[in-house]
Amino acid sequence: MDLLAIIRIAMRALARNKLRSSLTMLGIIIGVGAVIAMVSVGQGAQQQAQDQIQAMGSNMLFVGAGNVTRGGTRMGYGATKTLIEDDLQAILRECPSVKEAAPGSQSSQQVIFGNDNWFTQINGTEPQYFDIRSWSFAAGGSFTQDDVNLAANVAVIGETVRKNLFGATDPIGETIRIANLPFRVVGVLNGKGTSAAMGQDQDDIVLVPITTLQKKITGQTWLRWIMVSAVSRDASYTAQEQITSLLRDRHRIRRGQDDDFMVRNLADMADLADQNAKLFTVLLASIASISLIVGGIGIMNIMLVSVTERTREIGIRMAIGATEGDVQQQFLIEAVVLSVVGGAIGIALGLIASYTITQTLGWAVLVSPTSIVAAVIFSMAVGIFFGFYPARKAARLDPIEALRYE
Amino acid sequence: MATISQPALEDKDTGGKHPVIRVDDVHKYYDLGETKVHALRGVTVTIDRSEFVAIMGASGSGKSTFMNILGCLDKPTTGTYLLEGVEVSRLSKQELAAIRNRQIGFVFQGFNLLSRTTALENVELPTLYAYISKEEGQKRAKDALALVGLADRMEHFPSQLSGGQQQRVAIARALVNKPAILLADEPTGNLDSRTSVEIMEVFQKLNDDGLTIVLVTHEPDVSQFARRTIHFRDGKIRRDEQVVDRPLASDILKNLPALED
Repeated sequence: MDLLAIIRIAMRALARNKLRSSLTMLGIIIGVGAVIAMVSVGQGAQQQAQDQIQAMGSNMLFVGAGNVTRGGTRMGYGATKTLIEDDLQAILRECPSVKEAAPGSQSSQQVIFGNDNWFTQINGTEPQYFDIRSWSFAAGGSFTQDDVNLAANVAVIGETVRKNLFGATDPIGETIRIANLPFRVVGVLNGKGTSAAMGQDQDDIVLVPITTLQKKITGQTWLRWIMVSAVSRDASYTAQEQITSLLRDRHRIRRGQDDDFMVRNLADMADLADQNAKLFTVLLASIASISLIVGGIGIMNIMLVSVTERTREIGIRMAIGATEGDVQQQFLIEAVVLSVVGGAIGIALGLIASYTITQTLGWAVLVSPTSIVAAVIFSMAVGIFFGFYPARKAARLDPIEALRYE
Repeated sequence: MATISQPALEDKDTGGKHPVIRVDDVHKYYDLGETKVHALRGVTVTIDRSEFVAIMGASGSGKSTFMNILGCLDKPTTGTYLLEGVEVSRLSKQELAAIRNRQIGFVFQGFNLLSRTTALENVELPTLYAYISKEEGQKRAKDALALVGLADRMEHFPSQLSGGQQQRVAIARALVNKPAILLADEPTGNLDSRTSVEIMEVFQKLNDDGLTIVLVTHEPDVSQFARRTIHFRDGKIRRDEQVVDRPLASDILKNLPALED
């Protein structure tokens, strides 16, 4: 019997018991729907983490003044004064995998504009910092290298600071006071939201030329950190090694001694976040898969009932010339039709669920074609796997016994 | 599958050097664990082309077992069964299915039609398993239904047909693949006496057109419509005789008053 005829017969057999068929399909519908929705949520989370890390600059390396132990006292991050401007110049000169580097120093200060004030973090740096971090401006722009050379009183403010100090007023060209010094606002950064990796408000920040911060506010000469960009994401690992060995050399750290600095590779963090998100996806998908398996067992159960009910029909078919293969195929196709139709409805349901999650919870949800193809193949496989035993049972019936069955 | 039935088909076309059925010293045991049931104890019989044989016997006489073997639903424990000159007892299950499909037409006591499937589709069913094209299968099914006088009932479901009509559909289904023999197992068992005669009229007509028919029945009246009767008892053939003064079902029907609706 040709496949089309078998599929037609299977459809009719299933249509005969509409309620039973739809209840059986429900298991697969829920299973496939859950897999699609869960994988979408998982992949959405993965994409979001990726995007955020991308926004931080994926080729970025963070070189921080390290913790060091002096006389038994462990000093925290940034405690050493060994990281200096010369180190930055050396990194740019001697590390071929490094593209750009910007120094950093910081201080927390009260910022005042008119009657409003706001306590925030003041970062001193150089213009290439914005480039390295791929930060963009909502208004105005960066301060210049000249501003750095002249230790000019100019500032770039983050979105949170703008909101709290200016409200509806255009901040560009206005003067704010930091540590009682007047600063002219030259740029406003685009909002970046809360960092997924760090959990802090990335917009609660004011950036000024490093020279201004060091000479006029903190009086420090050393650097708190150096932000480095590698020539590519892959190069960030070699850049990390190059910087580490260069700084150990320059700081005269002997073999076996701890670094007095730390180099953090953001590609590492990206990988980690990636891995976490993947794990999350796999976890969600496996939970959803369980319901798909339960649905499969439902199909098997109903197919077994159906084989028993239709014993006489099987006997008739065998008497008029159906081979074991014909009978097996007929029941197998019925199971596959159940699971594939259920799978198709499940996909639709999964898409609706994904859309609803995006709309109501505001989660990023990514429906990948792969997960849909996988769901189709998987539901078909469920049908074949769980339909095989009942179909085999039907095919193995003895025609004489089957014809006598009441 | 087609290769097995091919030589047999040629025989049928050339008029046949072989008898349609040749059963030689067939025994059948059923092993029921503790006891062994000896259903057939050495049956030898030859049935030629265009014969109309009625097999008689009480229940437990072995006639049903014999029918199952003739119908290739069961295999003899020992002995040989040649259908159209082909040794059937050595064929695989799949080959037997092909034989049942093409060489044998079954008619059962309980009609055994698929419910919720129209008369036409029921009759078409064997053509599907024979890999005959949809158009050809449908044409054959319509012809077969016309032959049994149901040309106007093709789209009816079994539940919408009378017992006699259902049995005619079953006969049409048995004929659709142009089999070598028609096997009927108590075909009138569920029918009233007038309808029984009507069915026998169909059988007699088909037999007159050259179809070989083997019929199992326990009603002597029904067996008289055949040309030859074979009596089974205790797994053996006790009597094998030609029917003398065979009544014609069509004559009887003329004399029977029509049933009131």
